[in-house]
Amino acid sequence: MNDAPCHSDAPLDRRGFFKRAFAIALGAVLGLVPLGAGLAVLLDPLWRHGPKGSAVRVTTLDALPPDGVPRKFPVLATRVDAWNKFTEVPIGAVYLRRTADGKVQALNVVCPHAGCFVDYLASRGMFLCPCHNSTFTPEGKIADRTSPASRPMDSLAVEVRGGNEVWVQFRNFEAGRAEKIPVA
Amino acid sequence: MKVLFDWLDHRTGCRGIIRALLYENIPGGSRWRYVWGSTLTFALAVQFITGIFLWMAYSPSSHTAWESVYYIQDVMTGGWLLRGLHHYTAQAMTVLLVLHLMQVMVDGAYKAPREVNFWFGVVLLLLVLGLSLTGYLLPWDQKGYWATKVATNLMAVVPVAGPALQKIVIGGSEYGHHTLTRFFALHAGVLPAAVIALVIAHIYLFRRHGIRAKDPKRKPDEAFWPDQWLKDTVACLAVLATVLFLIVRQRLFSSHGSLGAELGAPADPSEAYSAARPEWYFLFLFQFLKYFPGTSEVWGAIIIPSLVLLLVFLMPVIGRWRLGHRFNMGLLASLLAGTALLTWLAVAEDRNNRNYLEAIQLAERDTRRVRVLAQSPAGIPGEGALALLHGDPLTQGPKLFSQKCAGCHRYNGTDGLGAVPKTAQSASDLRGFASREWLAGLLDPSRIATTSYFGGTKFRDDKMVKFVQKDVAQYTPAQNGNLRKVIAALSAEAQLKDQIAADQRDEPMIQEGRILLENVMRCTECHQFHKPDDQATAPDLTGYGSRKWLINFIGNPAHPDFYGSHNDRMPAFGQDQILNAREIGLIADWLRGSWYEKVSESASQ
Repeated sequence: MNDAPCHSDAPLDRRGFFKRAFAIALGAVLGLVPLGAGLAVLLDPLWRHGPKGSAVRVTTLDALPPDGVPRKFPVLATRVDAWNKFTEVPIGAVYLRRTADGKVQALNVVCPHAGCFVDYLASRGMFLCPCHNSTFTPEGKIADRTSPASRPMDSLAVEVRGGNEVWVQFRNFEAGRAEKIPVA
Repeated sequence: MKVLFDWLDHRTGCRGIIRALLYENIPGGSRWRYVWGSTLTFALAVQFITGIFLWMAYSPSSHTAWESVYYIQDVMTGGWLLRGLHHYTAQAMTVLLVLHLMQVMVDGAYKAPREVNFWFGVVLLLLVLGLSLTGYLLPWDQKGYWATKVATNLMAVVPVAGPALQKIVIGGSEYGHHTLTRFFALHAGVLPAAVIALVIAHIYLFRRHGIRAKDPKRKPDEAFWPDQWLKDTVACLAVLATVLFLIVRQRLFSSHGSLGAELGAPADPSEAYSAARPEWYFLFLFQFLKYFPGTSEVWGAIIIPSLVLLLVFLMPVIGRWRLGHRFNMGLLASLLAGTALLTWLAVAEDRNNRNYLEAIQLAERDTRRVRVLAQSPAGIPGEGALALLHGDPLTQGPKLFSQKCAGCHRYNGTDGLGAVPKTAQSASDLRGFASREWLAGLLDPSRIATTSYFGGTKFRDDKMVKFVQKDVAQYTPAQNGNLRKVIAALSAEAQLKDQIAADQRDEPMIQEGRILLENVMRCTECHQFHKPDDQATAPDLTGYGSRKWLINFIGNPAHPDFYGSHNDRMPAFGQDQILNAREIGLIADWLRGSWYEKVSESASQ
């Protein structure tokens, strides 16, 4: 290389300083324009909201065991995935059970600990998360003080329409938090 | 700060690297003519940065490529800017490459000992063109799809290996998912990696030999930093400003102008886009091919371009001879002039080509429409945006009408797409069919026998025409008032979208009209209306002009419910399977003015 070190370490005069500052500023502008446009697109999800919960018809009352044992049902609804809109596709699942007072209780199947799907073990009469062994009572309460989950299973609003149709206000909630915060 | 820098320098030697980068010697001082290499490096950096961010939102498959690009372009924050930067910087790069090449040639910087670097440069030029070619297909719109198809079809003319090569490149016999995955891998992986390697080698060799200074030297030698850097960044800024101007130029002159790069309608393998052209800098090749008829195509597509390229590669060798440099300059000048001439010829030919201009217009219409449909509440289905367009009466109706109906019928005097067919009109003009206005014309003694209605058909001298021309012509003002009510009642049968408000408002009049139609106006002497009548000889007026009525009519006009054995020439489009049920539905919906409209659009109308 024939790079001659022709720069000097002499102190900069004012003109030289401004020239250098200007040269750096111009270089920064050149880099920031494409980077800024890219970051705007990258951060786009931050300005978008997830699905708002809406009432979904899940099943009929007849399908629920009379003895109050929870049963799992898929939740089918419209799902927007970036540019696509799918109708009647699975967006999650719920456990439904009849309560003693004749009403219906709905629990989101997602474990509030880390987001795995919770199983219902009929033999033990409780919910068990297959990932980290969180346990819940059939009502969704934390069954065991050593349970990794920091909050009970997420209950969802249920409405029985027309005497037989079970409608659930379906939502997902942030995992790993002690409070029940809807996923935005 | 200094301590930290010292620490880092001690471990990495970064100070030396920065010095080596910034204090390159410029013999004779900084000059504007040395900026081109830096502008190219800048353009390349922009392409890498924007490309990687685009990558994060792009989905290469034939059902998602257009859709994801549409989402970037029309929905994501700043997406139009990002895509615009990538698109127009690619174009700027081609211009800069030519300028760089010209400067290298003029300054003699291609000659010994810089031959290898010249060859690297030519390969880089080809790689950049390859990036452009592969990138053009990725949005999977009509233009990119059909233009790239021409390019890959040309691969098949390569002797011996052509067809196999073509199959490998497009990932099968037909364009599809694997064409996109392969083109994307080339565009975002293979070619950029090759470009990076060659650019490093190119810059290394450039630094090894130093700048080929332009004599006479006007100033003492200077370091690259800060004077040449400043000139380079100003030039880069000019490039960036040009690119930004290109991105927003349409919006500058019209508030509805689009921002960023163009995105056509989604690629439709069933509908060739005759106005598909390659990027403007490939137009010369496109034009060149027109001069090679039949099997001589291989000369225009492969042999001659390869020979020209070989000659360009040999320039440093030719340059050794006494007149070599002049020969090279002459060669470059004639190549550039030839390219410019061919490009101009291609543009001029298209500008005067009616079919081309019509195809462009139609494509722009489809483009606008599919983007409106994509934003509709129904959204884009899983099978992609093309399904939206295929199911859209507004765009498909006129296409089908022009192909299947406009041989006899007209739509507002045209074939539905705006052109006037060459064949004479011999059946009714169906614009506003079954609307009050249309029916008022049908029942107008001065208009029923014109070609807009029955004039071109065998019904010209039939009962209906005679009835209108004799009886209706002598109606008293009171009877004419009744006729208006009958028209409103009959038109209400169609339940036209445009007339919903009028039909609701005039409900009492329509009720009255129905009674008049059945009992007073003699219509039911030939037509049946809501009551079965075996004696009816003319088309059923029950649900006249409704979707169901129109679909059945187009399906078989000779059905006893319609013209029966009196039917003129109209084919049974459904029964004879000339059109399928979906197509007939699209024509019916289009004629009835029934299609999705953006709420704000219709509100503003």
